[in-house]
Parts: sequence; C-alpha cells; structure tokens
Amino acid sequence: MENKKTEKGNTNRRNFLKLGLMSSVTAVAGASLISNLAIQEEEEVAESGEKMRLLTPDGKIVEVDASNVNKYPEALITPEESRKGIPNRKFVMVIDLARCKNARKCVEGCQKAHNLDYNEEFMKVQLIQDNPEASPYWFPKGCFHCDEPPCVTVCPTGATFKREDNIVLVDNDRCIGCKFCITSCPYSARQFNWGHKDKFDDKSQPYSPETSVPAAEGTVMKCDFCPDMLRQGKLPHCASSCPMGVIYFGDKNEDIVTNGEETVRFSQLIKDRGGYRHLEHLGTKPNVYYLPAVNRQFPLERGFDVEEDIIERYKDVPFVQDLKKQGKI
Amino acid sequence: MNLENRKRELAKEFSPLLEKTTKTSKIWMGFLILVILVGVYAFFVQLFKGHIVTGMRDNVVWGIYIINFIFFVCLSYSGAFISGILHFFKTPWKNSVSRIVEIITVLSLIIGPIFILLCIGRLDRLHYLFIYPRIQSPITWDIIAIMTDLIGCFIYLYLTFIPDFAILRDNSEEAPKWRQKVYKFLAIGYRDIPTQREKLHKITRTMSVMVIALAIVAYSVLAWIFSLTLQPGWNSSIFAPYFIIAGLYSGIAVIIIAMYLIRKYYHLDHYIRKVHFIGAGVILLVVSLLFGYFTFSEYFSRWFSHKTHDTNLLNTLFTRYFWMFIFANYFGVLVPIVILFFKKLRTIKSITFAAIVAIVGLWFNRYLIVVPTLETPYLPIQDTREEFVHYTATWIEWALSFAGVAAFILFFILIMKLVPIIPMSGIIDNEREQKKNKKSFKKIVTE
Repeated sequence: MENKKTEKGNTNRRNFLKLGLMSSVTAVAGASLISNLAIQEEEEVAESGEKMRLLTPDGKIVEVDASNVNKYPEALITPEESRKGIPNRKFVMVIDLARCKNARKCVEGCQKAHNLDYNEEFMKVQLIQDNPEASPYWFPKGCFHCDEPPCVTVCPTGATFKREDNIVLVDNDRCIGCKFCITSCPYSARQFNWGHKDKFDDKSQPYSPETSVPAAEGTVMKCDFCPDMLRQGKLPHCASSCPMGVIYFGDKNEDIVTNGEETVRFSQLIKDRGGYRHLEHLGTKPNVYYLPAVNRQFPLERGFDVEEDIIERYKDVPFVQDLKKQGKI
Repeated sequence: MNLENRKRELAKEFSPLLEKTTKTSKIWMGFLILVILVGVYAFFVQLFKGHIVTGMRDNVVWGIYIINFIFFVCLSYSGAFISGILHFFKTPWKNSVSRIVEIITVLSLIIGPIFILLCIGRLDRLHYLFIYPRIQSPITWDIIAIMTDLIGCFIYLYLTFIPDFAILRDNSEEAPKWRQKVYKFLAIGYRDIPTQREKLHKITRTMSVMVIALAIVAYSVLAWIFSLTLQPGWNSSIFAPYFIIAGLYSGIAVIIIAMYLIRKYYHLDHYIRKVHFIGAGVILLVVSLLFGYFTFSEYFSRWFSHKTHDTNLLNTLFTRYFWMFIFANYFGVLVPIVILFFKKLRTIKSITFAAIVAIVGLWFNRYLIVVPTLETPYLPIQDTREEFVHYTATWIEWALSFAGVAAFILFFILIMKLVPIIPMSGIIDNEREQKKNKKSFKKIVTE
C-alpha cells in the first residue's frame, strides 16, 4: 500500500515534469511557427490582375502578373531578401595603410551615398600610434564584417544578421534600439540615431538594409559594404572614391581583390605584404585586412591638410601633441 | 478563543497605521507625487524628441538608466535572497523585518525594468522581443529571468500576506466596505485551520527556496549582460558573483534605512528594536568585507597584469573619475566596515549612517563599471564633440531617476496602508512558539 502510494507520487511527478517540458517545447515551437507564418504572409503579394508581357534573355515572351514585377530593379532588396546574401560570394576588404594620406574621400563618398550628415561617419579615419616610439599612421575603419560577430550574437530580435556572403547588416525595420550591439562591438563600428531628422521622412527611396537609406530614429546603423553596388558589380563607395587606391575590395572565393586600378590575388597580397587583421586576439575573425604602413607613399604630415575641426580630433595622439608644441600645426 | 481575542487585539493595534493618514505623511505623499509627475513629463519629452535629450551618445550608449536598472534589480534580488533565507532558516528575529524585505523586493522589481525600457530607442517595437526572439542573446535570457523572478516573487509575497488578510477580514467591521471586500477577496477563504496553516507554511517554505534560486540565476544573467562582451572593463569572470555580493550589500543597506524610517515615523520601537539593527549591521559588515574583497580583486588583477586596454581604463578611472572612485570604492566600503566593526560604534543612528554611505557608494560603484568602460573603447575615441567623448547625464535622466526613487517610496507607503508592516500572523506564531517552549520547559522541570 505504502509502496504503491509512493509509486503513484513518482509517476505524478514524472508526468508533471513531462508536461513542463512538453509545454515549454510547444511554446518555443509555437513561437517559431508564428514567426514563420508571419514571414510567409509578408511574402505573399496580392495579385493585381493586370498582366504584363516581358521578353526573357533567351528571346521568349512570357506573361506575368504586374505585381510580380520589381518596381526598383536595381535598388530595392526588401529586408527579407537582404538576409540571404549574394550567392557564392565571400566579400573581403584589404586596406593598404602605406598609401593612406587622410584625404577623407572615402568618408565623403560614403556619407553622400548613405545620406549621412557631417559628423555621421560609417567610415572613419583614425590616427593610430601603436607605441611611443612607433610612427603613427592613418587608419581608415568601417565595419569589419566579422565571421564571429559579437553584435549579431547579442541582438535580441535578429535585427542585425550575418549573411552567407560575409556581410553583416542591420535591418532598421526590426531594430528596437537596445544598443547592446553597440556596446558589444570592440571596434566602435556602430552608430545610433539619437534624435529625429528630416531626412528620415524622405520616402522617395524605399528602405532596404542593403542601402541603409533612409535611416530611422532610435535605431542602429553602420557600414554595410554597399551590397547595392556589389549587386551591380561595382565597388563599395569608399573604395571607388579613394584617389590613392588604398581600399581593395573583392571576393575570397575567387581569391581576387581590386582597388579599381589594379586587380590582384587576395592571398598573394596578404602573403607578400604582411597583411593582418586589427585586434586579432579578440577572436572576432574580421573580413577587413590591413597592409602595414611600411614604405609609405606620403609623409604622415600630408594628412593634416584638412579642416581645423578634423585635426582637433587627433589631439590626444602623442605625435600630434609634439607637432603642436613645435608649432607645425 | 484566546487566539481570536489576540487577533482582534493586534488588528486594533495596527488599525491606526492602516486607516489614519497624518498631515506630514500627506505632505510627503504630495511631494513624492510631484517628483513622479516631473519624471512623467521628462519621459514624454524623451518619447517625443528621442534619446537626443539624454546625455547618451555613440560611445557611451548606456547611462544612468542602466545603472538604475542594475541598482533596483539587484536590490530586488537581494531582497528575495534575504527574505528567502529568513524564512527558510526560521530566523528568530525575522518577523519584524520580513515584510519590509518582501515589499522592497517586489517594488524594486517593478521599478527596475522600467529603467531598461527608458534605454530602448523604439518602445513601439518592444513586442519584437517576443515576435522575433533570439535565444542566443543575453537580453533574451534576462527577460526570461526577470519575468520568472517577478512572478515568483509576487507569489511568494502574496503567500506571506494571506494570514494577515484573513485576520483583517475577520476584524475590520468598522473599516469601509471596499476595504472589507478587498480583504475578503485577497484572503481566498483562509480560515487559519491547522491543516490550512500547515499547508501554507509548507508552500511558503518551498517558495522561499525557489526565490533564492531564482535570485541567483537572475543576478548572474544581469551580470553577464556586461561580462559576456569583449569590453576591457566588463569582460571579467568574477562579475556574476561580484554582482550578487553587490546586490546583497545594497539590499541590506536599504533594509536598514527602511527600518530606521518606519521605526521613527510609525513609532514601532516595540517591534523594530536595536537588536534588529545590530543583527542587520553585522550582516552588512560581513557583506561589506566580501564586497571590498571582490572590488579589490577585480581592480587589482587589472592593475597588476596591466594589459594596454586595462591600463587605459584605469587611467580614466584615476584621472577623470578620481574622486568618484575614491568615494565609491574606498569610503563606500571602509566607512561601513569601521563603523560596524567596533561594538561601541554600533548605535541605531550610526548603523543607519553606515547603510546610507554603503548605498550611495554602491550606486557610484555601478556608475564606474558602466560609464568609464564605454568612454575607453579599444579604438581611441577621436571626436571633437564633447558630448560624444564624455558622458554627463541631463536633467531628463536625473528627473526620471528621482521619479523612480519617489515611486519606490510612495508605493511603499501605500502598501503599508493596505497591510500592517509587522506581520500579525507572525506575532501570533511567535507567541505560540514561546508558549510551547514554556510548556515543554515546565514538563522537563516537573519530570
């Protein structure tokens, strides 16, 4: 009798545990189901009934529904499509520090393309002095599009994501603005839209994570490697606007990078010029490589030929303090 | 019958606390409501103008909101922890403080998460956390932990309230109708029959253990929000236990301050005695030693191994934040230790003073964990805009912070209007225990 009772108690408990497990499993499954359904709904487009006749590349005429025709053939990649990435590509960037003279054309090109204001910079040029004896160098820095991106791990909604073609993007339609990604990025690559700006209301260009335009208040943005340009077979804006050919961009799968003037083997370039990744020891595995600033093409001082306001940024670098003492800037 | 009489007596004794509102307390409540209203105004300014009205910018993206968040949530976890321990080990002097602790737990657990909401740029998209959840994110863990903890603490608090609701239901004939109805509903048919009492004790005991476990989990997850990142000042393996100790430190300090204020303004000298202050003071001493130890090992290892980025952080701490660092990590720890260490110095007033120093020091300790780290990233900040380089909180942030504190105090006063701050059922239980002891003592003597 006693035994039976305990047995019964045991099975009850077991059932209870089972139930708990089951219910949590169903909760998770349910949540993912709902999100899947939500995705499907988004993809379905109401048929307009209007038919269009189109000529395919191989010379056939086909009739399709008008709603199926992409109205922005080059620009618009919807947030959902932008998660997939460009097939069979592994994009990499190589920045040749020996050639940079802080011309800031990459910054301006990027700002123009992404409709950024004066102080909003996806691409920054920093002045780095590794140690007191070392010669400082100009250090252009966007997002490193890491293979182990800490920002993507910590995002609670999946608003920032890693694509198969190596690119890390932000979908500002989904970003809730918790800023956790900003604090977890060791390279300070991300910016936040703190207040409202008129340019956010400009809906002439529909939003796509691939262009990062228009930005939205209370969300995060960053360098996106310009996938809209890549889809057209062009270089990102920073690479194409650099007059010195500092920025090489290319595909790791094809083992080719180009700065617009010369095209070289990526692996060979890294091997010959001692390419490295910034803060390698953090284990984030960046996809932006740097070639060390040796045999420079320009003296460092050429970089101070910029606005006063920009020079002021570098006031904490010991080298700049020395220059100031000598009255050179 | 005797028991019923005693209950009636107690209900009568505490009824002025529940029903009468003195002039000073009315003025106080008016003042608190005013502070909260200013906070509400600040909230709407932030909602309509965006986070640009705060002092946070691209480098320091988290400011005093997140500090208040950690502060209040830690307070709540430590409340749960302490109250769980009091209940589970049937601590002799627990009765007078247990309800204070429980109220602190639940209130801070409601107010804390409001501060994290203030950090979020798009409140209109808050539901995305549930529509597009990602289990990898420590924020998701934190949401699960806090919600579980909130529910657990509510159940626990309610369980400890039930016997008192029953007493109040049976003994408040003169109270207004709505009050009687509320008590009747909340007592859920509890009649204080031995079987019921037995059951309730068992459940409360189980819940008290659960609450301790929940508190440890939730604490750790909160610490992981920081320590799982790669940032120099945060990426530390001792952060989880460090946060637990820090939480206990602030929790005990707030309990002491609350005991002092309640004793003073509600004339409960008979129930809240010096022995309570000394007991809490000794615990505060032990925890402050532990807290000092953790703080020391955290900064000492950074200083001794002096990795470049750790050195940068320490430089920031010892230049721009020098006095804050000295106050938070030296005075905030050493003053309570000195006061509480010497028996002669342990008076009610000095213990309360030690608690105030501890709590202010701890808030600044949190500030030093959050802000200087964000001001010292791996890549040096090269910017000419002062507000992007250094963080200073704006009036909006301060207004909301003080509104949080005011709401905490106001709700505390309001809850004290609903149930007596000293659990009546606990008093009865104590007396019953004493009688039993006397009887058994007599038995032993006669035998």
